This record gives sequence, structure tokens and C-alpha cells, in this order.
Amino acid sequence: MKVTTLKINGQLVSASPGATVLEAARENGVEIPTLCELEGISNVGACRLCLVEIAGSPRLQPACVTEAAEEMEVQTDTERLKRYRRMTLELLFAERNHVCPVCVANGHCELQNRARENGMDHVRFPYQHPDLPVDITHDRFGVDHNRCILCTRCVRVCDEVEGAHTWDLSGRGTQSIVITDLNQPWGEADTCTTCGKCVEACPTGAIFRKGSTVCEMEHRRDRIRFITDARKKQEWNP
Amino acid sequence: MANPKPENSKARTLTIDPVTRLEGHAKITLHLDDKGRVADARFHVTEFRGFEKFCDGRPLWEMPGITGRICGICPVSHLLASAKAGDEILAVAVPSAATKLRRLMNLGQIVQSHALSFFHLSAPDLLLGMDSEPASRNVFGLMAAEPELARGGIRLRQFGQEIIESLGGKKIHPCWAVPGGVRGQLVDAKRTAMQDRIPEALRTAREALALFQKLASKFEEEAAALGDFPSLFMGLVGEDGTWEHYDGTLRFVDATGSLVADGLDPRDYRSFIGEATESWSYLKFPYYRDHGYPDGMYRVGPLARLNLCERMGTPLADEAWQQFRDTAGGKPVTSSFYYHYARLVEMVGAIERIEILLDDPEILSDQIRSNAGVNRLRGVGVSEAPRGTLFHDYTVDEHGLIEKTNMIIATGQNNLAMNRTVLQAAQHYITGNTIPEGLLNRIEAGVRAFDPCLSCSTHAFGQMPLQVALYGPEGGKLDERTRD
Repeated sequence: MKVTTLKINGQLVSASPGATVLEAARENGVEIPTLCELEGISNVGACRLCLVEIAGSPRLQPACVTEAAEEMEVQTDTERLKRYRRMTLELLFAERNHVCPVCVANGHCELQNRARENGMDHVRFPYQHPDLPVDITHDRFGVDHNRCILCTRCVRVCDEVEGAHTWDLSGRGTQSIVITDLNQPWGEADTCTTCGKCVEACPTGAIFRKGSTVCEMEHRRDRIRFITDARKKQEWNP
Repeated sequence: MANPKPENSKARTLTIDPVTRLEGHAKITLHLDDKGRVADARFHVTEFRGFEKFCDGRPLWEMPGITGRICGICPVSHLLASAKAGDEILAVAVPSAATKLRRLMNLGQIVQSHALSFFHLSAPDLLLGMDSEPASRNVFGLMAAEPELARGGIRLRQFGQEIIESLGGKKIHPCWAVPGGVRGQLVDAKRTAMQDRIPEALRTAREALALFQKLASKFEEEAAALGDFPSLFMGLVGEDGTWEHYDGTLRFVDATGSLVADGLDPRDYRSFIGEATESWSYLKFPYYRDHGYPDGMYRVGPLARLNLCERMGTPLADEAWQQFRDTAGGKPVTSSFYYHYARLVEMVGAIERIEILLDDPEILSDQIRSNAGVNRLRGVGVSEAPRGTLFHDYTVDEHGLIEKTNMIIATGQNNLAMNRTVLQAAQHYITGNTIPEGLLNRIEAGVRAFDPCLSCSTHAFGQMPLQVALYGPEGGKLDERTRD
């Protein structure tokens, strides 16, 4: 099995065959910020936070869905990328109603962490302040669309790991919204198994355990990888 | 603002804007008649915040965290009233340890807020003098003139703040009290740390009380001119008439000490409290329904609580309470200037109660939260904030999303009395067409005695400033003083 050899930030590195640029970077200790990516489920390149520069390509490429190639030269941390990442984060904050101090996930939020790590100290774009609903019709969980960044982790984990496909996307552009079943209240979605994987996978306070108070919602996002690894290794079926 | 007046009239209006050393933004306008006498005075609260609107549609469980953000001085008061409204909606029995812990935090809140009001905001008037140099008539001037007292006051406030932090994880805006109980237990090391500071805290509070008692004779004119009038007093009271800050029932007494109403269920507040509005202020004007508007004026807060209770329930505070009431021959103390005195008595009592709670073994219990879904569609939570009785009233849908919020804030309930105080102070001190700074400061001090928190009460935005304007009877502005 031949490894792929490429350069990341000027360093010659090797990556497993078929690895993405993101995986190659991680294998070699290079951090690239991500939001929609979650170990254990497929990648879709939705959030655009992992954009990298690849020599010879005029466009920035999302590292999570770009396969590492022989002799590829990748830059992950240029001033241009930093500027784009801050802008991407600012746009995410401006798009819906992310009010950290009164959010159930305050202190445990990947969007908040990425903003802090990437130096996003203010938002230059006008806040859109959309009037979006909160659905807590489910017995145990709730979804607040004001805090959703449309990463689709819930859609993927429900489909790929639980196999229920309760979640999906509706609408286009700024009208996009995650929905349960045929855009029914979550409490009336027949396909939902109440497994809670979407709750654990959510990067923000959008999907939460019902009854969570401010700062209280901690997601156990590593549980998804734990399940998929165990399944792959047949740990429960020796 | 002023009614139309004859063209040859010499009447005018005077504006104090902003009013300083209080929490929030306000201005005062004084309306003078032809002879330069004060005909009317208004305390205008000039900002609006609108929490009631943006709580719409939020899950009930987030409300303590959201409403705590109304105020940086007394977030605990909103946290507790909100959690109590949530308890009502869940219809659960809050574990006994959780109730004790909530009481402990509220007492810490009362100590820190009263210390702020007395030492940081009002002591400069009382110790440096109402006419002292305005540039140093503040907590920094106090530090220079009375370093021991200022240090003690700052440490006393810190003591209260650290109780809040020990329980809630941070001094300001802890999201700790929740519907059904509290989120975190008290650990023994923190209990010991608090206990160690009690002797110093109690000493400082008692010294401040003794100092005020000594100084009181110097301020007899202010005590008579800064809001001394009959009114109703309202507050929570324990079952046997003991001072109360968290549970109990509501009591109204009049200026003679007679019971006007007693044993009122706070949940029924709408049946006995009306809310009026005026076009010139964002602050509502609550009144006692049976007496109508504006005759149903009542005062809340430290003065009211001490006027309507029959004892404090702890030895040192009982002694101080008796001395306080003796100043009025055992009747209710009617001068708003004595809010300062009442605050100091309450601080002593609060520290004594903190000691009792910390000595209770149950305070370390880990049974602190009851869980339930939505079992009622409406809940009213009431507690005594440092400035007076606070009401949070929520209506939710069957899943727990907020459909309607109403909050009655302590400062709002003192609105009519604050306006009366400003009028009385102005009529006493303003006699000509110009206003000496020291007299202006006395009018402000009349408002300051109430320790109003305007940011809370109107849900206003920003820092604190006040303004006084002098208007003639024809409406023309004659003089104006503004402070940033």
C-alpha cells in the first residue's frame, strides 16, 4: 500500500492512501479549523472553515473533501486563509441569532470556540435577526433554529449511523432549515427513535436536551466516533 | 410637558440631567411658577429595554439565564424570581437544601448590593457632605478621606459577591438557580472560606450602622425634606411577621403601622397591584388597587420591609430594628432618607442569617434539583430583591415555550414615591431662578436614597447619568444642569 507524499506548509509529509487533505494534516499534527466535519460520519464541505490553498489551483479548496494527492503543495495558515475564516465565522454569527450569554451551549460550543481561536472579535456584517421557531414538542429534546449553522451533522448522523433519516434539509439559501420527517413538529416525527445522536453531534446549542438551562448543554460528540469504530471492528459481535 | 401658561408668565422649568450615582439613566425636571416656587417635579426614566418582548418563544428553562441579564447589580434577584416562576410551572417540590442554598445566595446578593449603595454611592454624600466638591464626592474621594471605612465597605461587598460566586461559579450572572432547584451544590471548603469572613463582615456592617446612627442628627433637615410623607409599604413577610426575603406572603401597612392587607398570595398580585403608565417616563407606576391611582402609592425595599415586619429574627438585627423603629416612636419610619438606615439594619440581619445557614449541615446536601415537565401553564415567582419585591409572571404553552412575560420590578413600585420625593426636595430647596450645585445634589440624594435600579426597572440600556431642567409656566426652559 503506497502512501501519498505531499507538502503541507512547506513540510514534506506522507498520508494514508485515499486520505483527505484534512486527514493528512491531522496525521502530521497540523490543525485545520472545522465545524461541519465530525469523526464517524461522512464529510460534505458545508461550513467552508477548512478551506486551504493548493498550489496550482486558483480557488480555495475545503480540506475535508479534497483528497490528498502526490506532490500536492498545501498551505493551511496563510493571512488570506485567516481572513477568510474570520469572515466565514462572522457570516455565521450574522446569519441567525447567536447570543452566547443566554445560550444553553455557552462554554461548550464549537462555533464559539472557533470564533475565539480564529480571532473573531467582532462582526462586521449586519445581523439578520431572522424570526425562527424553537421546537420542543419532542419529549426529551429540542431544536432552536436560531442557533443552527446548517452544518447537517444531524442529518448525516441520523441517516448514516442511526439509519432513521428523520432529519433533512428544506428550502434554499437563507431559507434553508433542518426539518424532521416531512417538516412536522419533532414530537410528531414517526421515524425518530429518540436515540439522541443528533443531540450529541450538534456543534452549537441548536439541538439540546429538553430542560437544559443556560450554559448547561454539554454534547458528547466523541460518542459518534465510538459507535462507528466499534461497529467497524465488530466489537459487539466477536 | 407643562400646561399652556399666559404669555407674560415668569414660570419656568429646570432640568437635572443626568442624575448621578444611581444604577441607570434618568433626569429630573422641576416646574416653577410665576414666583419661582416649585409647582411640580418629575423623575423621568429615559430608557427602555423590552425584555418582555424578546423572552417570547424561549423555552422556560432558559428564563433564569436570560432574565438574570437584566441587571449586573442584582442578577441574583431575577435569577431567583425566574427560577421560582419555573418551579410553579413544573409544579414540583423544590428540595429543602436547594431552598436553603437559594436563600443563602439571595442574602449574599442583599449584602453586596446594600454595601454598594451605602459605601460606594451614598457614603460620599453622608461623610464628605452634600455640599462637598463634586469632583471628589464619590467612592474615590471617600477612599482618600476615610480609607478604613472605604476599604471595609469594599471588602463587605466582596464578601457578598463571593457567596454568589461560591454557589454559582461566578459573581455576576451565574446561571445557577433553575426551575426545580439549583444546579450545583456547595462544597465544604467554600463553606469554610465564607464562614471565616463572617466576623469581619459583621463588624463592618455594625460599624457602618453605628456611624449612620451617629450622623443621623446632622441630616435632620434632609430626613425631613427628602421624601418624608405618608404612604403604604409593601413587602414579603414570614408566617409570624418576621422579616422575609424569599418566601412568605405579601403585607401592606399604612404610615400609622395599621395593617391594610395581610397574608396576600403573591401569585394573585394582579388582584391588588395595578400598573399605570405616564407619557413622560418609561417606568411604569404600580399602585395598590383598592386605593386607586395615584393614591395607592406604596413603597417597597429596605424601608418598607422594616416598617411592615414585626421582628428581624436574629439577635443583632432585632436590636438594630428596634432602634430604627424607635426613631419614629415605634410607628413606620416615613422618611425615604432612612432607606440608608434600613439598608444597614438589613445587612446586619443578612450576615447573621448567612451564618445560620452555613452552620446547617443540610447546606452541603447533593439533593438540590427536582425534575419535571410542564404541569401548569402559568407561574408567578416572587422574591425580595435588595430594592424591593420582584415579580416574574410567565405564561407558557403545553411544551414550555414562553407565551407571555410580565415583570414588576422593585424600583418601578417606588416610582410614585420617588416622584413625590423629588417634588418635596425641590419645594424645600429651590427658592430662586438658579440652582446651587449642593442643592441639586440634595435632590439627587433624594432619589439615591431609594437606590433605584433603572436598568432593571425599565429594562433600560446603558450607564447611569441624570439631568435637572427648570421650566417656566409657559413651558420655556430657563436653566439646565447636565452631568455625564
